[in-house]
Amino acid sequence: MPQQVPRLLAVFVLAVVGLLVARSFLVPETFGDRGHFRAAAVDSISAREKQYAGHAQCALCHSDVTETRLAGDHRSVSCEVCHEPAAKHVAAPMDVKPVIARDRALCVLCHAYNPSRPTGFPQIDSVVHNPRMPCMGCHAAHAPETPVPPQACSACHGQISSQLTVSHHAALLCTTCHEAPEEHRLNPRALRPSKPTQRSFCGTCHAGGISGIPQVDLQNHGEPHVCWQCHYPHHPEAG
Amino acid sequence: MPEHADRMDRGAPSPDAGAVDRREFVNNLLGACCAGAPLLLGVLRISAAEAQGVDEPYDPTEHLYGMGLDVRKCIGCARCVVACKIENDVPAEPHFFNTWIERYVIRENGEAEVDSPNGGIDGFGPIQNPAAVRRTFFVPKLCNQCASPPCVQVCPVGATFITEDGVILVDEEYCIGCRYCVQACPYGARYMHPEKRVAGKCTFCYHRLVNGLVPACVEVCPTGARVFGELNDRATPLARFTRFNDLQVLKPHLNTKPKAYYANLAAEVS
Repeated sequence: MPQQVPRLLAVFVLAVVGLLVARSFLVPETFGDRGHFRAAAVDSISAREKQYAGHAQCALCHSDVTETRLAGDHRSVSCEVCHEPAAKHVAAPMDVKPVIARDRALCVLCHAYNPSRPTGFPQIDSVVHNPRMPCMGCHAAHAPETPVPPQACSACHGQISSQLTVSHHAALLCTTCHEAPEEHRLNPRALRPSKPTQRSFCGTCHAGGISGIPQVDLQNHGEPHVCWQCHYPHHPEAG
Repeated sequence: MPEHADRMDRGAPSPDAGAVDRREFVNNLLGACCAGAPLLLGVLRISAAEAQGVDEPYDPTEHLYGMGLDVRKCIGCARCVVACKIENDVPAEPHFFNTWIERYVIRENGEAEVDSPNGGIDGFGPIQNPAAVRRTFFVPKLCNQCASPPCVQVCPVGATFITEDGVILVDEEYCIGCRYCVQACPYGARYMHPEKRVAGKCTFCYHRLVNGLVPACVEVCPTGARVFGELNDRATPLARFTRFNDLQVLKPHLNTKPKAYYANLAAEVS
């Protein structure tokens, strides 16, 4: 055996041992037990304290309110949205009390009119809608009902009505094109308003030879579609 | 005796009555350790189970979590953003969010404007030039909990990782604060925690999941725009959500395989 082989071997073994020793110091405990991470980290993250108890916990004691809520329009609104996180209240029900939510500002967070909100979501203009009055004076928070059915379509369809006011169709009433059953105002999703189903309906103005209104030849234009399938009647294109 | 002489030479105590021989001492020590170890381990295991607060230990291999987000149901109330900050001790000041709400305004010329003032917590101001709006809507954003997460791939120390149940977590004790993961995330879902100096992100409220609860944002969402559940189980709200909606993920071309699924998502959203 050449003389340098044992020496090289010794150096190699020393390097490997050194590496193993260094590794045992540098690699933290439990690293690699479950993957390329410290398994203990998952335990410490799992052990974090929770603030929101969850609506199931509230229902255990407050079953009456839960029943009311689940029967009303706030069925999807969990308790801690308005009453703030209640994990501490669950842990010590007598010592820590959740917030009694009576503030008008709280309701307005969701129900103030905002054009980006989905059409049909109940919204009010909080500046003109009984300002300074607490919402709960008229609306029961756990099972809200509209005391007076909305009078104007814009109460719910704010985005459409604001577009309509700046459009060429601003002078038209909603009822010119839609037939809304009375029930729609009380129970909006059960009975929906109609839409024009005939091309001739739009044709009464747009193919009737009225001057100042864009005219089309219904025979050669857009068959077989209904007009609103291409044109947006709440804000039709100009000219 | 040479042994005896050796001991005397080093000044060790003389082997008188009551003194323990060195070999005997080591044997006794080993024996004591062997006898005590199971007892010690048992105590440790019990305390670990107590800390978790569940009867059955949580088995991450039995779960695979995902979230569904219905853009058409989001009212931009930002209750989720507030709840997330409270639940996860996220700094209250702006720019630090695990989840946030973006307002999209699509102009008549097709251009999309996006804003998210303080994540939506303080509400959204009026839209400038409202006559030139084609569409406008809110989009909730959060960590997409990718199945192929770029943030995990770039972490030089293994401080951010994906668990067996598909959640990306950050090991705060091991993170060196190099910010590679913040750079790598294509969704902007990570930030540098200003006090802890480690990467912060959405954990799907992992401490709630292990206790059988849904994340705080899902708990407080008043319209059901957020849906949480298991991806490999048909009997969860998410399974229903995936069955009844056409789903999209954000930036699918990046092949990150997100587990946040959006319904009714506009093409302008990225």
